[in-house]
Amino acid sequence: MGVVLEKLPGISGRVPGGEIVLTTADAIIGWGRKSSVWPLTFGLACCAIEMMGSYASRFDFDRMGVIPRPTPRQADVMIIAGTVVKKMADPIIQIYHQMPEPRFVISMGSCANCGGPYYDSYSVVKGVDKIIPVDIYIGGCPPRPEALQYAVIKLQEKISRMKLKNTHGATFQQAKGSREL
Amino acid sequence: MTTNPAPAPAATAAPEMKTDQMFINMGPQHPSTHGVLRMGLTVEGEKIVRAEPDVGYLHRGSEKLSEVRGYHHCVVLTDRWDYISSMMNNLVFCMAAERLMKIEVPERADDLRTVMCEFNRIASHLLFFGTYGIDIGAFTPFLYAFREREMVLDLFEMVCGARMTFNYIRLGGVMKDLPDPWCGKAKEFLEHFKPRLKEYDDLLSFNPIFLDRTQTVGKVPKDQAVNWGLSGPNLRASGVGYDVRKFAPYASYRKADFEVVVGKDGSCWDRYYCRVREMAQSVRIIEQILDQLKPGPVQGRGVAKVPKPPPGEAYAHIESSRGDLGIYLVSDGGFSPYRMHVRAPSFINLALLQESLVGLKVADVIAVLGSIDIVLGEVDR
Repeated sequence: MGVVLEKLPGISGRVPGGEIVLTTADAIIGWGRKSSVWPLTFGLACCAIEMMGSYASRFDFDRMGVIPRPTPRQADVMIIAGTVVKKMADPIIQIYHQMPEPRFVISMGSCANCGGPYYDSYSVVKGVDKIIPVDIYIGGCPPRPEALQYAVIKLQEKISRMKLKNTHGATFQQAKGSREL
Repeated sequence: MTTNPAPAPAATAAPEMKTDQMFINMGPQHPSTHGVLRMGLTVEGEKIVRAEPDVGYLHRGSEKLSEVRGYHHCVVLTDRWDYISSMMNNLVFCMAAERLMKIEVPERADDLRTVMCEFNRIASHLLFFGTYGIDIGAFTPFLYAFREREMVLDLFEMVCGARMTFNYIRLGGVMKDLPDPWCGKAKEFLEHFKPRLKEYDDLLSFNPIFLDRTQTVGKVPKDQAVNWGLSGPNLRASGVGYDVRKFAPYASYRKADFEVVVGKDGSCWDRYYCRVREMAQSVRIIEQILDQLKPGPVQGRGVAKVPKPPPGEAYAHIESSRGDLGIYLVSDGGFSPYRMHVRAPSFINLALLQESLVGLKVADVIAVLGSIDIVLGEVDR
């Protein structure tokens, strides 16, 4: 698919009848999904500032088709940027369910991965994967914007590997039963 | 508002307008609450009759955690309260701990602390400038602000390797001395930054749409600001010239000549513009301190690997970018504090919302909330 798209004018132009591309459903759906990964504007703590930094001038997330959406109804990926505390756990699950499928989760920073510097705190959820399924983990406290962008590239690779046949269009997590959280 | 005399019975028998109060939940996931603040708003039509800030969505228990961490480890926790101005958090904790342990800080370390804090103030106010623009509906200033903010972060990265959570100011001094080309780079940045302030004014500060949205909204009179215990730019915007850097100088602020920026009527625009003008003062302070920087040690003597200060208590407060940030430390002679309490300016400034939002329109909530410039990490700790 990648080859076809890179040489698109050359190949599609020769198809009789106009601009037709022959491909598999998996490839075209995966390509569409991965090229516009829209995250939710949702910051929890320190990592959110680095997340903002990656949207801003120097790092420019738009290059990867990543445009923040303020409402979960329009978002594909939720970036858990910061410490998840017990009071916040419930809203996060609620927001996760408000997102349309297929939905993805990036756990950004040590706090969201495992509690980080608050590993022994009474009020912190030790890792967001205790409450929602996570696709990509980023280490760091906070991770640099480059790390977040690398995570999105990795997520795009993961999305392009998704097969309709195996999961009926759902993500790996949903196939494993994340709908029944 | 003046109450009109009872209206005369209308000629046409129009049905009486019935209004009802409605509860609107704002947050904790809301793009403009600057984190995870929840607001319970009760509205009557477009007007707000009751506003209740609900905090605690980022309560990480740092105060309690500090009771099991050593003093050196507590500095790491302080980075994450007010994560936008971490240097100042480091500084205030170190100041309180140094008072407990009776450690003298060398002059050069004090100078470096001052310079870093002021750079951090610039970075913090730039973030405010950018995000407040977004709150009001202007996206472009965000990109301009982050252009300069990244340059400040580069300077921090040169001295301590981190962009945000620095852990640079340590007990007894700073982590290490400046790398060689740092002063040159810093001055280069300041020269680049000064004309930018004019650009920000042209771009946002005197933009008529922005003025309309902010200049008449959320006015906090002088006595109300004092009564609610506001501090920092929020208090100064109301016309009270209180600045810890002037009133109880710490680090090297005595050496620097700067003015306390004061606003007029405490409107949202005043609060915003106080911060923009404060950046110019920060530039002034940095230039003066950098000019008189003398070589010398950057670590004080007598800081133990595992400090066990004598039993006692200490309080230190500084002017952080959000206001009067204080720390109260109690030691029982052990390796970790017996109790640490943070006087968090964001938390105290936030309390005013429940009074100042009443009577405003729904659209103004974000304008007022953004102008208070809270950081939820500091509100909840």
